[in-house]
Amino acid sequence: MILLFIVFCPLLAALAILAGAPARRTALAASAFTLLAGVLAFLQFDQVHQGFSFVTTLPISAEWRLNFTLGLDGLSLIMVLLTAIVTLAAIWFTGNVARHENAFYACLLLIAAGAMGAFASLDLFFLYAFHELALIPTFLLIGIWGSGDRYAAAWKVTIYLAIGSFILLLGLILLYRSVPESVRSFDLRVLQAAASAGQIPADAQRQIYLLLLLGFGILISLFPFHTWAPEAYASAPAPAAMLHAGVLKKFGLYGLLRIAVPMLPEGARHWAWLLMALLLGNIIYVGLATIAQKRLDWILGYSSVMHMGYVFLGLASANLIGINGAALLMFAHGLSIALLFAIAGEVRERTGTLVLSELGGLGKVMPLASFAFGLGAFASIGLPGFANFSAEAMIFFGAFRNGADFDCFNIFQIATVLALWGVVISAVYMLRAYRATFMGTMPEKWIVLPDLRRHLRLPIGLLVAALLWFGFFPQTFVRVLSPTIRGYFPDTTSHPAGSGTPAENASP
Amino acid sequence: MIGAPILEIAVVVLGLVVLMVEAFAERIDKRSLAITAMIGLVTVLVASFFLAPPPPATASGFWSFYSADPLALFFKRFSLTTTILILVLMIDFAPKVRQSIHGATHQSGLGEFFALPLFTCAGLMWMASAVDFVMIFVSLEVVTMSFYVLVAFTRRNPASLEAGVKYLILSALSTGFLVYGITWIFGVTGQTNLARIAAVMRAGGVEQAPLLFGMALVLVALGFKIAAVPFQIWVPDVYQGAPTPVTAYLSVGSKAAGFVVLLRVLEPFFMLPQMQRLLVGVAVLTLIYGNFAALPQTNLKRLLAYSSIAHAGYLLIGVVSFAGGAVAFYLVSYLLMTILSFAVLILVANQTGDEIEDFNGLAQRAPFLSFAMLVAMASLAGIPFTAGFLGKFFIFDAAIRQHQTVLIVVGVITVACGFYYYLKVVRAMYWEESTRRESIPISGLSRTTMIALLAAIIILGVYPQPILSALRGPASESISATR
Repeated sequence: MILLFIVFCPLLAALAILAGAPARRTALAASAFTLLAGVLAFLQFDQVHQGFSFVTTLPISAEWRLNFTLGLDGLSLIMVLLTAIVTLAAIWFTGNVARHENAFYACLLLIAAGAMGAFASLDLFFLYAFHELALIPTFLLIGIWGSGDRYAAAWKVTIYLAIGSFILLLGLILLYRSVPESVRSFDLRVLQAAASAGQIPADAQRQIYLLLLLGFGILISLFPFHTWAPEAYASAPAPAAMLHAGVLKKFGLYGLLRIAVPMLPEGARHWAWLLMALLLGNIIYVGLATIAQKRLDWILGYSSVMHMGYVFLGLASANLIGINGAALLMFAHGLSIALLFAIAGEVRERTGTLVLSELGGLGKVMPLASFAFGLGAFASIGLPGFANFSAEAMIFFGAFRNGADFDCFNIFQIATVLALWGVVISAVYMLRAYRATFMGTMPEKWIVLPDLRRHLRLPIGLLVAALLWFGFFPQTFVRVLSPTIRGYFPDTTSHPAGSGTPAENASP
Repeated sequence: MIGAPILEIAVVVLGLVVLMVEAFAERIDKRSLAITAMIGLVTVLVASFFLAPPPPATASGFWSFYSADPLALFFKRFSLTTTILILVLMIDFAPKVRQSIHGATHQSGLGEFFALPLFTCAGLMWMASAVDFVMIFVSLEVVTMSFYVLVAFTRRNPASLEAGVKYLILSALSTGFLVYGITWIFGVTGQTNLARIAAVMRAGGVEQAPLLFGMALVLVALGFKIAAVPFQIWVPDVYQGAPTPVTAYLSVGSKAAGFVVLLRVLEPFFMLPQMQRLLVGVAVLTLIYGNFAALPQTNLKRLLAYSSIAHAGYLLIGVVSFAGGAVAFYLVSYLLMTILSFAVLILVANQTGDEIEDFNGLAQRAPFLSFAMLVAMASLAGIPFTAGFLGKFFIFDAAIRQHQTVLIVVGVITVACGFYYYLKVVRAMYWEESTRRESIPISGLSRTTMIALLAAIIILGVYPQPILSALRGPASESISATR
């Protein structure tokens, strides 16, 4: 019941707004209630239980064994919570919309509804379908209300995501077809049981994993399919960038965590070398590209692409601590990037520019904004005290440990060592961006700029509070998460699962 | 309880009645004829659910020409629904007909305009039941004859006349191919009934080469009907020139009937692997041509013409993968979204024109129309929670089951193209600013129809079960069963 409310509240609110309800008030109320319900679900959640709670099922087609099933386990619970927090912040943060105010809020809510539905669905079909619900709203948000070269950006993101999700769809159909007729189903639990019983043949696993890696990878902006992301986030209006970079992009990671990692271990082993190469592209190549950026929004867009590399590293490590870290980083990064995009959006609104060389010294007139941006930047770099730190540490441990059983360095250790340099890279560009925006000399004309306006303080405060809470008490979180993740590795205690021998990893 | 052929007879009689009333009652508002026709068709549609069970498939005499199996019944209802919707579009289009006919009174020509679709509908319904090459030929001609008139109906409009001539010549040519192909097949097997041809082939000892040749000729004719490459040359010009409701009728009714016949004819012939290879080639060409040629279009009618070719490609994937059920579901979703987009197009074109530019800023002028168009385009592009997505889903599922890798790869690429050209329309409606401000009047009838279509697109996109269960018959009995 509570889950149905969480999923359908934004959707119904969007429809109500399209039908003419007062836009801002309806959207705010809907997202506040959704967050409330999300917190309630978090408190009610049975933390020891490994399976799914709050399950509701509605049969759709017996022939296809297709049901509309909602349910939450630890992993989806934290994603739903993240969506609720970021949605409320993004909608609250939305200032005056110049034109089509109703459509703007409806689009935001539709993106949120799509993300919610995707995270809460226990059924592959709806998991996929809900994510696609966000495609047209994104296209409209960037195209109508965007800035800069918004037309090109809107086309690019839409075509990329359309191709990515179609490849993904093929992978999912193939997965559906690869289990034996008797247990064929779209239900994640049934598929998981079939996978655990070894009913998915190894070569099918390899094919499906590759399709899923490509499909989800395009959605997550995996190198070299990342070029849509910085452009889209730079052009999108700030609330849309917050929702998209903070929440929607996590859908791909969630899908990999939910489907590819637990169900296709053989596929993961087979393609580990490919994933390693690509994620190093994300961390090193995109990291260096970020340093070269001259605009604040592009830096943030590139940095969000870069940080996906760490999550991939956690996924690839395929052991308890690494996967836990990946899930935690998804959450933490969602909060920190939403905070950064919000401040950047506000700076653009006030000053009319985000070119670093024209900015400077804003810390004097906008102390609150500069403080919040600083927190977001530190979180993003991964300083202790933020959830990003614990998450990245867990990922590095997990990935490093993967090779610990072998005498020589294997590709996991090499990749980890290289990825560690990514932390330095991100420190360079984040601090540089902070200095260029908020420190130094300020152009005279901005002496009258107001600080964060009153209605912006609460959403920013909400994000900062969430960031700090989970930074200081990551345990709140890991407690919820780890039973689920432990369920992926029935034999974790005996030896680190996954990964295999170096020779296997290296050979295609 | 009534027999299935009564349905066609009823539709023909209805058409004659409408013509008679048209001829002798001069004072009435001619639009009431369309309403009468719709009421009559709805009655026939309802009656189709209370049919006496058909005699067994081995029957002789009349029933060896005519089948009333679930596939036939399904497509009879499909044709009836299409025709009812087309009549709604025709009422909206009536002012345009008046402008371009210049008859004695302001109503002249309208009566025939509303009566002709009834005869087309009867032809389409016969076609769904035809299980004999002779019958296929006759019903195909009934449909084509009425389309000759309809396509060129707005006769003072040169584009419409040009479309009529093109359709006439190429259609006659394709009929020639059909008859020639039937002759070859008859010459080799000595039969015209599809089931008996299959039996002869199964018995063996049939010469393959002339049979294949005959079949290839038949495929040419059907390829013309369904607008498959390389028999698509007529499509863009005819679609653009014909009166818009007729274009919608051509792209839905004519295509659906073509696919029913294709499903039936291929039943005996899919035993030949050469046929399958040939069809894969045609499907790949159709997908690539339809989608890529649609990319640069600036006229919405022409864009929809190319998209109709593109959808023929997806449907052919289903045919090649032996998925009769998937093809039928796709056709239903295609019916809903195509008619919806043409309905919006007619209303907008009455005020401005049918270029994509004419849709600029439609969201401000007519929020309902642009929302309807948005859903139609999303469904055509294949976005989840619309019927169009499930159609593509079933088609691609069938292709994956049959390991048609080439078709899948080409399909994914072309789907991405589709996103571009369909969203071009969305962009015009929502991104661009319009110079005009006046709103577009929508009649109660067309508003109700559009809401019904919208609801059907979304409901079938979430809950496909009604169509799936209606199809359970055809899915198991059509070509999928032969493998």
